[in-house]
Amino acid sequence: MSKFRIAVHITPRKGLLDPQGKAVSDALHTLGFKAVKNVHVGRYIIIETDSYDAITAEEAVTEMCGKLLANPVTEDFEIESAVPA
Amino acid sequence: MKFGIVTFPGSNCDYDAYHAVTEILGEEATYLWHKDHDLQGSDVIILPGGFSYGDYLRAGAIARFSPIMQEIAAHAKSGAPVIGICNGFQIACEAGLLPGALMRNSHLQFVSAQVRIRVENSGTLFTNLYETHEILRVPVAHGEGRYVASPEVLDDLENDARVIFRYADAKGNISADANPNGSERNIAGIVNDGGNVLGMMPHPERACSPLVGSSDGVRFFESILARVAA
Repeated sequence: MSKFRIAVHITPRKGLLDPQGKAVSDALHTLGFKAVKNVHVGRYIIIETDSYDAITAEEAVTEMCGKLLANPVTEDFEIESAVPA
Repeated sequence: MKFGIVTFPGSNCDYDAYHAVTEILGEEATYLWHKDHDLQGSDVIILPGGFSYGDYLRAGAIARFSPIMQEIAAHAKSGAPVIGICNGFQIACEAGLLPGALMRNSHLQFVSAQVRIRVENSGTLFTNLYETHEILRVPVAHGEGRYVASPEVLDDLENDARVIFRYADAKGNISADANPNGSERNIAGIVNDGGNVLGMMPHPERACSPLVGSSDGVRFFESILARVAA
């Protein structure tokens, strides 16, 4: 067993109203960042886990996303490659 | 009839539900600790409002894995009544007992207000003492109450008359102005396909006395008694 570190990005499902992203976008416009088109606010989760190899660790985190970390109705997730921790 | 009211760490409407059942309805109620595996012979389960697990990750996301949720899922599957109010609705959706999800209010603000809801289906276990399209006054208090689901799921809910309550104005109009959180199609409450699991963001247990501004919630609880007695 080795220790791996995997980062997960969870974002609001595209097409669903994201009021938090819109509020941040509006604030950026107020600050003068007029070129900003869209902002989406999500979660960034770092998981450190024991695993036999990177692939197995990534598979486990994918399962975690499906069961708990992301809501399948409202959110999308992306998993970064596992790196030795 | 015995009501089991689940207390999660962070539940705060469990006492209100207990009061409504025992003092207003005059029925038996017991608190069920979320770590237990025993419904203590409860006929009706109430998942109360609050902020279980501090709403960490997502509202209801962690509570759904509490030990007692296994028994509640079995209770629901057997056709017995389960009521999810506010945080309880969020937990029921996360647990897959009801379709869809509750997201951050569209205006991003926590809303604590007396609102009006229209009874869309008075033929259910929970609404049989109301008139169809009757307007009720009940409070809401939530930051994440915007009901969302895919268009197909929303159509199914409507076609099956499983949308039970919608936010409405005093005249019964279903308008954007009457919608306190941006819920799709003004949906305030739904039931599962068996009709025995109900989720709603408004609080009928906090509308059971003129003292608190409305008694419109009393018949919600009486409906369950009426149906079971019939």
